[in-house]
Amino acid sequence: MTLDKLKVGQQGKIKNIGGQGAIRRRLLDLGLTPNTIIKIAKVAPLGDPILINLRGYHLTLRKEEARHIYVERIIE
Amino acid sequence: MNINIALIGNPSAGLTTLFNQMTDGTQHTGIFSTEANRTKEGPVKGHKGVNVIELPGTYSLSAYTVDDLSTRDILLHGKPDVLVNILDATSLERNLYLTLQLMELEIPMVLAFNMMDEVRKNEISIDLQAISDILTVPVIPISASKNQGIHDLIHYAIETGRSGRIPSEIDFCTGHIHTAIHAISHLIENEAAEANLPLRFATTKVVEGDQVIIETLKLQAPELDIIGHIIDDMEKHLDTDREAAMADMRYAFIDKLRAKTVKNESPETLEHIRSVRIDQILTHRVFAIPIFLGIMFLVFYLTFEVIGKFLSDWLAQGIDWLILEVGKALVTSGASTTLQALVVDGVLNGIGSVLSFLPIIAVLFFFLSLLEDSGYIPRVAFVMDKLLRKIGLSGRSIVPMLIGFGCSVPAIMATRSLPSKRDRQLTMALIPFMSCSAKLPIYAIFTAAFFSKNEGLIMTGIYVTGILVAIICALIFKLTIYKGDPVPFVMVIPSYRVPSMKSVGLRMWENVKGFIKKAFTVILLATIVIWFLQSFDFGLNMVSNSEDSILALIGRAAAPLFVPLGFGDWRAATALITGLTAKEAVVSTMAVLTGASGAASLELMLGEIFTPISAFAFMVFCLLYMPCVATLAAIKRELGGLKYALVIMFFQTAVAWIVAFILYQSLNFFFG
Repeated sequence: MTLDKLKVGQQGKIKNIGGQGAIRRRLLDLGLTPNTIIKIAKVAPLGDPILINLRGYHLTLRKEEARHIYVERIIE
Repeated sequence: MNINIALIGNPSAGLTTLFNQMTDGTQHTGIFSTEANRTKEGPVKGHKGVNVIELPGTYSLSAYTVDDLSTRDILLHGKPDVLVNILDATSLERNLYLTLQLMELEIPMVLAFNMMDEVRKNEISIDLQAISDILTVPVIPISASKNQGIHDLIHYAIETGRSGRIPSEIDFCTGHIHTAIHAISHLIENEAAEANLPLRFATTKVVEGDQVIIETLKLQAPELDIIGHIIDDMEKHLDTDREAAMADMRYAFIDKLRAKTVKNESPETLEHIRSVRIDQILTHRVFAIPIFLGIMFLVFYLTFEVIGKFLSDWLAQGIDWLILEVGKALVTSGASTTLQALVVDGVLNGIGSVLSFLPIIAVLFFFLSLLEDSGYIPRVAFVMDKLLRKIGLSGRSIVPMLIGFGCSVPAIMATRSLPSKRDRQLTMALIPFMSCSAKLPIYAIFTAAFFSKNEGLIMTGIYVTGILVAIICALIFKLTIYKGDPVPFVMVIPSYRVPSMKSVGLRMWENVKGFIKKAFTVILLATIVIWFLQSFDFGLNMVSNSEDSILALIGRAAAPLFVPLGFGDWRAATALITGLTAKEAVVSTMAVLTGASGAASLELMLGEIFTPISAFAFMVFCLLYMPCVATLAAIKRELGGLKYALVIMFFQTAVAWIVAFILYQSLNFFFG
């Protein structure tokens, strides 16, 4: 599944980052590498973008970008 | 020996706070800081010949924004003697990622682990010695905001810079990538030396597939072929692509390093938990937008109605008194009437009318700095992104826009944090509609003169008009020139921090200093020129009535343009022209031209030139028409061409004319 499908509070483990170009590079640089665990922390008031928690910090990105991030949901 | 220290780190790792502690805020322009980048440079206190340069914050050397690119260029070609890499020790993973890349630059380096006070408070233990041993660079614990460890840091930075010790190469122990790095490194050795690039850096960039660096290396076809094969081979073995492989390699190394050296790391520090709690309210699903609007309203209310206004009124009285006394002194000293007129009517009235607004501007900058340093503004970007996207912008554009309420010039510089050229151009075109603080004196005088009962309402109306016009223009742009896909929006949201009063104070002082400097240079010159032009005719005889002056002639020539807007008076036209030097000059020109002495009498004189409706149209025109020369210069510099600056100039003046026309005519129709 892709990251945008996860709901607030759910966790996922990154399988791979799709997409291409500068934005993909940026996501990798920010630590969205395979096997990284991501938690959906919040959704903006108007439903987009989303706020995610990874590697001890918060990152916001649009659902459009989240659609390129393939994850495997972790059920606690 | 002179030492140049380059300060670098992630945005919000504490770069500016550290810079201020190392220099006591003194800045000067040097070889690294040009108009074209956002570096700050200053002497390190207590150490002669030691300079520190603050580079724009960055997450990686792979250059995503204009800021990133200028940081990378300075590192590669500016040749600083030593790097001080500041890291947020409460968020080491992401911060160390940059460190690993910096180590490839083959420049002596010191790591400053910032926010160590928070680390200790959270009872996290970091084995700094072990990290230092593994990375082969000194690691200094500091707390920039509490001014702890700065002395040691400076000492180590100078010592490391002098010794010229460069960090050793890290063995990532990663099999296939290692093989690829090793092979390519041999292959491009000569080209890297030729292109004056550090070999390690050039190698990893080639492995990553960085086009800019590959082109700089000017590799021949056979070499490119071999590199292609090496990369293909590596990708096949790793079952991933080159970019992901490199990022993964670095993060895997960091994970191992942390496992060895960091103990008791809680995933949620106290600051993190506090941030999440604050965000439960500030970025709440329902309340976030009303809270943002409320905060902005409060900022402007406190600035204009409470603190700033009180101080400004007080200062204005002092200035009026001073003008009166100087006038008296000139009379008793027997100075010629021309000199008296020049000093009192020209210089003092002109500058005085502007200077009295200093407190309002200082207070506004205080609040804007507070919002920026606390970490609230990235939240606004998060909350407002979807709305901004509807008008073709991204949440990131909100940062420069809010700075624009202070001054357009730093706001235009701040667009360097936007990742696409399209977003930068569009944001720059809209920034001047965010009414800058220099336009405040205009509104203040006019609202006091015509709308004394509803000052707050009219003032809010002006600001809202600016924002509405910006939205309409953005929509028109989106449907015409700036079509195309929305650019990605990815932004790190830092934890909230208590703003350092030193940083806020310094920023306020910088702006106050700039304002005073402007008053005594550009505005002083403008008032003297205006005074001269309105006191003499073409035969250079002093005129008894300014109606016969040179200026009146010029103003009258321009005035017909403004008749449909309700202010066809030559003095209004002239004030608008001088306003191009700096917007405050609109007020000083009005003061000189009406011969008013002091704010109260200027308000009275304005009543003869304007009706309330035409006064409102005039304010709106001032709000929207072409920005001052400093802003135009900044736009030209940032976009590298006069053409774009000229386009913006005409576009905004046209918008101003149309909006003021519609407002004046319709208000006159209904209420006139």
